[in-house]
Amino acid sequence: MAQGGLPMAVELPENVVVSKLDELASWCRKNSLWPMPFATACCGIELMATGASRHDLSRFGAEVFRFSPRQCDLMIVAGRVVMKMLPVLQRIWQQMHEPKWCISMGACASTGGVFDTYCVVQGIDRFMPVDMYVPGCPPRPEQLIQAIIDLQDKIQREGTVEGREFESVARQQPKRALLELPVIHVPVIGK
Amino acid sequence: MALTDTITALQSDFGDLVLSEFRGQHRVTVCRAQMYDLLQALKVQHAFDMLVDVTCVDYLHYRGATDRFGLVYLLASTSTNARLTVRVLLNEPELTVPSVTPLWEGGNWLEREVWDMFGIRFDGHPDLRRILLPDEFTAHPLRKDYPLQGRGERHNFPVLARGDA
Repeated sequence: MAQGGLPMAVELPENVVVSKLDELASWCRKNSLWPMPFATACCGIELMATGASRHDLSRFGAEVFRFSPRQCDLMIVAGRVVMKMLPVLQRIWQQMHEPKWCISMGACASTGGVFDTYCVVQGIDRFMPVDMYVPGCPPRPEQLIQAIIDLQDKIQREGTVEGREFESVARQQPKRALLELPVIHVPVIGK
Repeated sequence: MALTDTITALQSDFGDLVLSEFRGQHRVTVCRAQMYDLLQALKVQHAFDMLVDVTCVDYLHYRGATDRFGLVYLLASTSTNARLTVRVLLNEPELTVPSVTPLWEGGNWLEREVWDMFGIRFDGHPDLRRILLPDEFTAHPLRKDYPLQGRGERHNFPVLARGDA
């Protein structure tokens, strides 16, 4: 309020709302997510179903799938990632502009799933940041939509104009790949 | 020419062939030294003009197996519709066989795949590089003595954090 005896009018017109700049930016961002579909397996089919008319992802403002990373801010990794594909995934992630988020869709992208073999990466979060994990093999479109809704909540809750939330300690945890040693199994000699 | 005639002719031309048959499918096992001549005869004299597949089996720890690798050539003839399987048994350290790319051009990538996965070398192959795995891969992972979860290949990547651009 006014200090020093100078009265100041803080009356607002009826159609004006006061907010914080951070919350305004987050509100804009969360309602116009542009997904980058990194679909490598059957989860990609569910991802397509999510974007199609029956499940109608445009209700949540995230229907504009673009195949150019320069135009996207939400990477959806749908399917298993093999070791030959991981450098490609990382490169596409680096080509996306900040602020950007990542959804790891399905068991394979999150943990490697049943593919515990020499060539399949055991969870993309070992090598790149992930915001949301979607369980399922493959997850139903409803689950992916729930993940997008949860991500919108997260963006609204934590988002800042300059992206300060990406520098927080929790987001900078060392990745599991740095803590674990490669597993080497010696085959059992047959009889 | 019927397939039985082909096999009879092969038996007279090449001495120590092992023949077997299962549900009408015929198989010829040949030694490494005679392998190229036999395949050439099959293509030139017996009209097997199509190489369907080249693949390999690792018989390590296999019950009753005496040899380590079984190299398999699946042949077909587009004129007689005959099909024939040719097998070559290989043992370490002699894991080099002549390439069949002079006979069938399509053997190029098939042999590269066998080299990639099993480490069988093909002499005279025009471009024997890995075809599926990355170039820096050092092992041949479909061999039975290769561990299922690998030797750390899937761990050797840079870890991206937030803000790495």
